[in-house]
Amino acid sequence: MSIEFFLPLLAAAVQSGTPVLYATLGEIFTEKSGVLNLGVEGIMMIGALAAFVTTMLSGSPILGFLVGGCAGAVLSGIHGLVCLVFQGNQVVSGLALTIFGVGLADYLGTPYIGQAAPGFNPLPVPILSKIPFLGSVFFNHDSLVYISYIIPMLMWLFFRYTRWGLGLRAVGEYPPAAIAGGLRVISYRWVGILVGGCLVGFGGAYLSLAYTHLWTNGLSAGRGWIAVALVIFAFWDPMRAMVGAYLFGGVMAFQLRLQAAGTHVPSSLLLMLPYALTVMVLVFSSWKGQGTEAPAALGVNIEPPD
Amino acid sequence: MEYWNIEHYGRWNATKPITSTGHHSIASEVNGVLYFRSFLFDTNTLFLYSSQLKKPCYNLKDGVATNQGGLTMRKIIIVLVFLCGFSWSLALAADSSINIGFVYVSPIGDAGWSYAHDQGRLMVDAMEGVTTSFVEAVPEGPDSERVMLNMARKEYHLIFATSYGYMDPMLKVAKQFPKTVFMHCSGFKTAKNMGNYFGRMYQARYLSGMVAGAMTKTNILGYVAAFPIPEVIRGINAFALGAQSTNPNVDIRVVWTKTWYDPATEKEAAKSLLDVGADVIAQHQDSPSPQEAAQERGVYSVGYNSDMSKFAPKSHLCAPIWNWGPFYKEIVEKVRKGEKVNKAYWYGLDHGIVDLSPMGKMVPQDVKKRVLAKKNDIASGKTKVFVGPLKDQNGKLRIAGGKLASDQELLGMTWFVQGVIGTTQ
Repeated sequence: MSIEFFLPLLAAAVQSGTPVLYATLGEIFTEKSGVLNLGVEGIMMIGALAAFVTTMLSGSPILGFLVGGCAGAVLSGIHGLVCLVFQGNQVVSGLALTIFGVGLADYLGTPYIGQAAPGFNPLPVPILSKIPFLGSVFFNHDSLVYISYIIPMLMWLFFRYTRWGLGLRAVGEYPPAAIAGGLRVISYRWVGILVGGCLVGFGGAYLSLAYTHLWTNGLSAGRGWIAVALVIFAFWDPMRAMVGAYLFGGVMAFQLRLQAAGTHVPSSLLLMLPYALTVMVLVFSSWKGQGTEAPAALGVNIEPPD
Repeated sequence: MEYWNIEHYGRWNATKPITSTGHHSIASEVNGVLYFRSFLFDTNTLFLYSSQLKKPCYNLKDGVATNQGGLTMRKIIIVLVFLCGFSWSLALAADSSINIGFVYVSPIGDAGWSYAHDQGRLMVDAMEGVTTSFVEAVPEGPDSERVMLNMARKEYHLIFATSYGYMDPMLKVAKQFPKTVFMHCSGFKTAKNMGNYFGRMYQARYLSGMVAGAMTKTNILGYVAAFPIPEVIRGINAFALGAQSTNPNVDIRVVWTKTWYDPATEKEAAKSLLDVGADVIAQHQDSPSPQEAAQERGVYSVGYNSDMSKFAPKSHLCAPIWNWGPFYKEIVEKVRKGEKVNKAYWYGLDHGIVDLSPMGKMVPQDVKKRVLAKKNDIASGKTKVFVGPLKDQNGKLRIAGGKLASDQELLGMTWFVQGVIGTTQ
């Protein structure tokens, strides 16, 4: 266990945590507006597919990434339609969205399986990557990782210091007060759903464009669900979501590296680690009584004004 | 010939209800109109399928036969000939076309396990009088049973199921359809009309190990492996023995992903091996992402299933590959001749069912020569891969000096040879 073991491990933790980070941030944004969207897994898959196909056809990974986000927003728009327009149950709609998204991506993506598309490649940041330790862990990745460093800060500033951010939180906490305050609550929730869906779509796009340059059925492999769990772990705080996502990515990378280093621990036990961590996190966060951090009106539909 | 259907129907099938629920469904009634699809002569075996006959033939409401698209004279004669006592097999011979179904566990894609099988299917499809069809991405278990049942009902003559988990469902279907021939890949069960088949991939893996051993500079080879089952362990051992034959100082490090096709995890596993100094990455996975990881780091890789050089042209040394075509053609010929195929086929380099892909430009000529010479020796039976003395990781003697590993030992292999670093759990 030396620095040669840990430096690549930490770098891998950041990289494998990034898709989960995007998805977690998206879900936080949506939940802050009071809408629970359990369709993260499905939205990620659709985002990954849209990004991959666009990149393959156009040759531009940047365009692909943006289209991946748009596809995520469009798919979560269905959730908006069900919950905001037709007052449907948010849990049921979200679950349905996951099943629909995963299935649709499998169906539409079959012709693209096994094909390679250009994607994002590592792009060390000129000066920062030379910093010992930190440089190789944080600044020796592809550009999408760097973007994911900025988004949590922007989200934090948005929720804390902007009028719209405050409005979004008000809609998620206590809609009657927001209505009384003259906010267009349904519009705020639409923004929450669409922007959140876009970020989740980015997470999917990261998987197919940067993490692997491939498309395959089941590419997200449960990462969407882990993002839903990480929202609770992060207590709906975008900065803490970074810690959670990297911790998860780290555990995932750690078990593979432990095997490569020639450990005698059975691989089945090591493979349980990320999931065991998820369960522990959930137990820990409820035990601390931090459930109160959740937006008070999370999962509660707003009756449309007559 | 206007009233053929009612009369004959009644006589031939007096014992059967009009809508037979068995696989020889003949007619179905929709709103009082009888739709004919196929005709049952013998209650169990003999029937003639007439696909044109989808228009209503008989109106139950007013009891009048309407000859809408009835049989032609020729078909009636054929029917009569059958009735005169020709056997079912003769009927098959008269209709020389043979229908073959393939069941794949994953989407075909353009590399990987199902892709290799599909290449074999295409070779069979090119044969005279053979029609093939396939169903891809069929989950193991009850879903696969439904798919195979459906194929058998549609009178497929021969069905190939290409994943381990299809074994028991196939056995169940095989018992219900004694006239159909079933072939299962990678399992161990047989029945009267069911055989199984697999290839000695370890022979090709040995050759790929020889190349990897010759090319490594760090003397560490990485192996991204799927599940710790005998098939995969056998392959790792053969790879290790091959590598040790060209480079006695080499270590093989194994990482299990517990996935067959998860590009993200498999790439991460390859990177973890690269980080501990491996400079050749081999894989027993169906996705090409370990190849990608090797190319990104500028080291070498060994593919699997099919030639993966298109995914990593700069790093791809070679790949042990499947070549199912010749075997599938052989089975189809046997089934056509009516020969029994209900046994276990385990062919190797000798039948060309496994092979080594062309080696990349970076492999020096003398290594290529040595590997190809070894390939000929294995194919001709002159040398074997697993020859004693072989010791496991703990130094325990598993195969005594001068002895050959039996097929039984190979099929139940759960230990690593010396030089492999990792656990088999």
